[in-house]
Amino acid sequence: MAPENTKREDTCPGKKKTLDVQSLDAKALDLAAVREEIASTSGPEYWRSLEELAGSDEFREMMHREFPKGASEWLDSFSRRGFLQTMGASLALAGMTACTRQPLEQIVPYVRQPEDMIPGRPQFYASATTLGGYASPVLVESHMGRPTKIEGNPDHPASLGASDIFAQASLLNMYDPDRSQTPVYLGETRSWKNFVDQIRTRMAGQRAVEGEGFRLLTGPISSPTLANQIQALLKMYPKAKWHQYSPLHRDNVLAGSMLAFGQAVETQYRLEAADVILSLDADFLSPSFPGSARYTHDYAARRNPDAAMNRLYVVESVPSPTGVKAEHRLSLRASEVEGFARSLAASLGLGGNAADSHFLRAVADDFKAHAGSCVVIAGEQQSPEVHALAHAINAHLGNVGKTVVYTDTVLANPVDQTASLRDLTQDLREKKVDVLVILDANPVYDAPADLNFADVVLNSGAGLRLHYGLHQNETAELCQWHVNAAHSLEAWSDGRTYDGSVCIIQPLIAPLYDGKSAHELVAALMGQSTLTGHDILRSYWQGQAKSSDFETWWRKTVHDGFVAGTAHPAKAVTPKAGLPPLKAAAAADASTIEVSFRGDPAIYDGSFANNGWMQELPKPMSKMTWDNPAWIGPAYAARTGLKSEDMVTLEIAGRSVQVPVWIQAGHPDNAITVFLGYGRRRVGRVGNGAGFNLYAVRSSDAPWRTTAKITPLAQTYKLASTQGYQTIETATITRPVIREGSLAEYKKKPNFAQEMEETPERNVTLYPNVDYSDPNYNKLGYAWGMTVDLGACVGCNACMIACHSENNIPVVGKPQVVVGRHMHWIRVDAYYQGDRDNPSASFQPVPCMQCENAPCELVCPVGATVHSSEGLNDMVYNRCIGTRYCSNNCPYKVRRFNFLLFQDWETPQFKMMRNPDVSIRSRGVMEKCTYCVQRITVARIDSEREERAIRDGEIQTACQQACPSNAIVFGNVNDPQSKVSKLKAQARNYSMLAELNTRPRTTYLAEVRNPNPQLESAEHAGVDSAVEQG
Amino acid sequence: MSTDPTIALAEEDREIPVLEPGHDMASVTAKISDIVLERPLSIAWVAGVMFCSGIVLMLGTAVTYLFFKGTGIWGINIPVGWGFAIVNFVWWIGIGHAGTLISAILHLLRQSWRNSINRFAEAMTLFAVMCAGLFPLIHTGRPWLAYWMFPIPNTMSYWPQFRSPLLWDVFAVSTYGTISLVFWYTGLIPDLATLRDRASNKYIRLIYGALAMGWRGEARHWERYESAYLLLAGLSTPLVLSVHTVVSFDFAISIMPGWHTTVFPPYFVAGAIYSGFAMVLILVIPVRAVYNLRDMITEKHLDIAAKVMLATGLIVAYGYILEIYMAWYAGPKSIDWFTVHNRFFGPYAGPYWMLWVCNIITPQVLWIKSIRRSPVLLFLISLVVLGGMWLERFVIIILSLHRDFVPSSWGMYYPTKWDWMTYIGTLGLFTTMIFLFCRVLPMISIFEIRMLLPESHVKHAAESHAPAAQLEGKHL
Repeated sequence: MAPENTKREDTCPGKKKTLDVQSLDAKALDLAAVREEIASTSGPEYWRSLEELAGSDEFREMMHREFPKGASEWLDSFSRRGFLQTMGASLALAGMTACTRQPLEQIVPYVRQPEDMIPGRPQFYASATTLGGYASPVLVESHMGRPTKIEGNPDHPASLGASDIFAQASLLNMYDPDRSQTPVYLGETRSWKNFVDQIRTRMAGQRAVEGEGFRLLTGPISSPTLANQIQALLKMYPKAKWHQYSPLHRDNVLAGSMLAFGQAVETQYRLEAADVILSLDADFLSPSFPGSARYTHDYAARRNPDAAMNRLYVVESVPSPTGVKAEHRLSLRASEVEGFARSLAASLGLGGNAADSHFLRAVADDFKAHAGSCVVIAGEQQSPEVHALAHAINAHLGNVGKTVVYTDTVLANPVDQTASLRDLTQDLREKKVDVLVILDANPVYDAPADLNFADVVLNSGAGLRLHYGLHQNETAELCQWHVNAAHSLEAWSDGRTYDGSVCIIQPLIAPLYDGKSAHELVAALMGQSTLTGHDILRSYWQGQAKSSDFETWWRKTVHDGFVAGTAHPAKAVTPKAGLPPLKAAAAADASTIEVSFRGDPAIYDGSFANNGWMQELPKPMSKMTWDNPAWIGPAYAARTGLKSEDMVTLEIAGRSVQVPVWIQAGHPDNAITVFLGYGRRRVGRVGNGAGFNLYAVRSSDAPWRTTAKITPLAQTYKLASTQGYQTIETATITRPVIREGSLAEYKKKPNFAQEMEETPERNVTLYPNVDYSDPNYNKLGYAWGMTVDLGACVGCNACMIACHSENNIPVVGKPQVVVGRHMHWIRVDAYYQGDRDNPSASFQPVPCMQCENAPCELVCPVGATVHSSEGLNDMVYNRCIGTRYCSNNCPYKVRRFNFLLFQDWETPQFKMMRNPDVSIRSRGVMEKCTYCVQRITVARIDSEREERAIRDGEIQTACQQACPSNAIVFGNVNDPQSKVSKLKAQARNYSMLAELNTRPRTTYLAEVRNPNPQLESAEHAGVDSAVEQG
Repeated sequence: MSTDPTIALAEEDREIPVLEPGHDMASVTAKISDIVLERPLSIAWVAGVMFCSGIVLMLGTAVTYLFFKGTGIWGINIPVGWGFAIVNFVWWIGIGHAGTLISAILHLLRQSWRNSINRFAEAMTLFAVMCAGLFPLIHTGRPWLAYWMFPIPNTMSYWPQFRSPLLWDVFAVSTYGTISLVFWYTGLIPDLATLRDRASNKYIRLIYGALAMGWRGEARHWERYESAYLLLAGLSTPLVLSVHTVVSFDFAISIMPGWHTTVFPPYFVAGAIYSGFAMVLILVIPVRAVYNLRDMITEKHLDIAAKVMLATGLIVAYGYILEIYMAWYAGPKSIDWFTVHNRFFGPYAGPYWMLWVCNIITPQVLWIKSIRRSPVLLFLISLVVLGGMWLERFVIIILSLHRDFVPSSWGMYYPTKWDWMTYIGTLGLFTTMIFLFCRVLPMISIFEIRMLLPESHVKHAAESHAPAAQLEGKHL
């Protein structure tokens, strides 16, 4: 460190950029050499070569330093250390409320320890992640300057502390070793400066023609700053055009809003006020639905049978967690949903003809009885007419302002994205485009197939095609220039959540590869390449802030993570009179095969394809990992003889793709559902070649549903489902591991769940009973326990990714999942029941039960798993020799074994990502859920230092913290006042496999559903029989 | 009726003696020791050793790769945490049981027909225990730390967890291995001295001389030998019952359906003897043909071994039926009934019903005397029984684990090529040892065969000559 110190002594903190230029150049050259070596290997062999390159001395050194040699001395960015120093200093200055001081942009050696910076203690910074343009407010845990975990921001109403899989997993996206690391020109590594020089001349040419040939393509944008910048850009190049495209667009939502109101409005739901909810193909409990964290919270809050329960009806074409959680589910093909909506509107008195059905009558009656406290939610994939009908019904029943709120749009400039991309393609085809800037979009991969985007862009003759993004992906391949993006954890930005409030995105770490933020790139397009993202953001908000003391306001805003008072106010809009006109081809012929397109539940539109956590995350319904088989219904499978894992050719409008099928319970007949986002060719070592690319058969005029022809192929394809097809729907569950009943049943006999199985007496044991409340045995008096509310759990998997991230759980890869070696410490089991064509299902998160009589402990020959005085079933990794006997004897099968060296010990990025509080397990060692013992320990140390007991709620396990429905509660069961004790005292609390006398500390609250008595007898025979079984 | 065990045979068996007539002290000694000392090295033997040690090399490859990569090269997973390794372990340990039974229990019961096959059976025991002992070591995730299962005083503060049946296994198997070795070696000493005395080559004489530990055949030696041998037989006898009982505790102590069964200890012991006798027959039948030992290992021996198999096979069948009965008794909603149902109709129904065919149905032909005395058929039936006993362990381990309490965690187990290589590799190791044993040590106890000769029984000369003469007459 000494040379660095002396070099920087003369660097006055007040001045910027006073470093010795010569030494900078010398180092930059070194850097360039290393980078060149990396980049020179680009091409198809790129990543394999990177691994080889990782063995070279230069690369190792580069990674050892975390930044390329010289990067930490650069001036146009601040180093991690510098960043930490300044962030720490700001904390010191502003105490608890400040982590907001503007980072000084010079490098000061880290000679004094900032006051609040304690090695080993994490710090938390408020920020946000974005998905499809919508921001999620988060808190990011930072260990010594390395972000290690993403959690929800409890202060923000869109999160309330919860987060979703996408927010959690974006951490791994940042550390993705396959990210693009440099700007690239025609396959050659270039510097940002070189890029700026080139773009300057090019843009000067455009300026002369007022941007005639300049096109900007972005994804959906909610960032006010970026939108403002783009507006300024368009002012500078008045004839330029801004296109937006994201494959999972919300065009139909927008069109529905235009149809109903003649203007674009955002629809928000107030589910806490809704007694009756009807979803028309809307999977509003799944994390890709904007606002789902809050919706799930509000929905789950009304699932308590001791309070007023809500009731959910779902009419859907693709089985979803929302659908199987519903009290009543109607399985229709996508094209038939509109007919249902019209009938419902008619039976509610909105005009038109009602097709009569039992289900429809029941819903209509329920709605009439709950006018003003019910809500209809239309799905993003449903036609604009369905949205308009939903608006009309909500208005008719007086729900607007109560359960439905209309506001301004969250996206800065909502457009019909399909049309927007079509226009761009047209311009490209007509060779009107000279400069094409693609900002964080991947149209070559995900544009509708009929637009032939790849050919068009190649033959467009555009003199400059620029791709900006995290990966050198399929689109980057066809562009002359590629600029590596900074991840949202590396750069300043902002974005709006589903309610319109603005979150400030602050960087947690200096860009790993010196990537640029979108703000900086757009600024460069305007010739302002010297502006930093921070300057741009701050100056924008300086203009917006209403406070006279901007500095204080800004600090508070950045600290809180969001701009107070920016949530959109409710907007008074009235739907146009009358129902939307019937389109001719609304309902398809019953005999044709209807195909529905959906984003993948885990890897979204393909942007998470290189994220191992997401690839290995079992999808909520099928528990499928690493692949996207097409779903068919049991009836269709029975008729055609197709089996899961059979390959078929799917032919849509002259284009065809081969894809395996999966029989999904609850899927309608004569329909097939395909998932987008897989089959990526160029994304990285994880995602390349996984699954099947269904964009290849998606067309721009029918993005969500069309008709298809299915031809079976005489081949099969191995799929990796973590819960076998037979077991997911098994009829032979001899013991009710899932317990549920109807509300009426619960009222009659609240402890129905406990009576399903006999619980042995405490004294029926040869061994002395341990008394965990005995102070001689358990000195501190804590006895940790957990409850999981099955009624609240919606199977969103947030807990699984949170656990992955918190506990450094390795990703094992598809072949290992196929043989049954996935490593999830907590899993979410799905149990279907009832009719296979229209089942209900329960989701059961299963962490370690922390049995008081743990069968695993008894059988370990070396005492590697032992009990703590606080009742935890501890795993001593160092002592484990790997006999696997404990796992064999675990009735819950929650133990996970490192059959091979699953953990990546080599990749430097992953070393930075890991939680330093949790050991990295090597091969041959058993591991399992610890109740986040590291968090318990931190709380215990804190409490002992402060000479107090650990407060209830002070410890949150990672799964509990992430859970949007508050289904998981953790605490001290010795304290009768703790939340977990109160839940365990409830009548519907039961232990899984209690009859084995394992005395699990993790217990479940039985699911109670609130069926409509009008429909109950017909549909819930399955549920009743399950109850009777006990 | 005579009390001499040599001829104290049931009426029907009297026609075949345990030692064919025509031998005297010298011919017995010469015949057995010449196999070691005089018989020229045959091409077939060399080829056999080379083939089998080739398989040992394969075992070496499989184990080396295992240590290099980890147990993930096998087909095990969660929920099936134990696969071929433990199946093979239990199988091999079971095979070993026949040796101890023959040498110890039958010795105590003065069943002198055992004299012809006890050496062979003991060697088999030892080699089988070696093969078995390999598996618990290599099946651990971190085999270099497997020594932590032993209570070795150390500075690392580890100490075994004595409630674990795996630890009991460690003691049971190591005790068994040690006692078997000592027992076998003690029994070898007089014969080693014989070889020393008969060897013409100086170096061979030196080697056997060292191994014979100065045996001179004095009366004092014999007196001490007899008491030591008797004591060791007494020590080994409980081991015959205890070792496989402890092995069965690995399963019976757990709470898994299909494992948690009190019938396991007796049924495991019976099964062990069952497979052990099958293995004895598989080895003895070709050996007596190749080395022309039909006069010392007679059809009488085959007949007795077949009867033991039939008896123990029926005990095993009782165990199977009892398991089904207990599950039925527990009720149709019990997990035990589900486990049985899953065995009957689940994805592994094939191996389960094969087990019935191999272990229960096929051996019923042993009720027929002519089959019991047909070496070829017995050899085939023994192969079937050994396969059946292997399947039994497969059924117990894999079928119980693959579907247990929580349906979401059900899985399947498919062995990989490494599983097969390791299994077949231990077969190679076993046969290599048997090949070497046949060439370098007297495979039949010389002095004990001599004790079967009429001239060894001076006291009973008058009685014993009568049937011998009868048989002799018939033979002529």
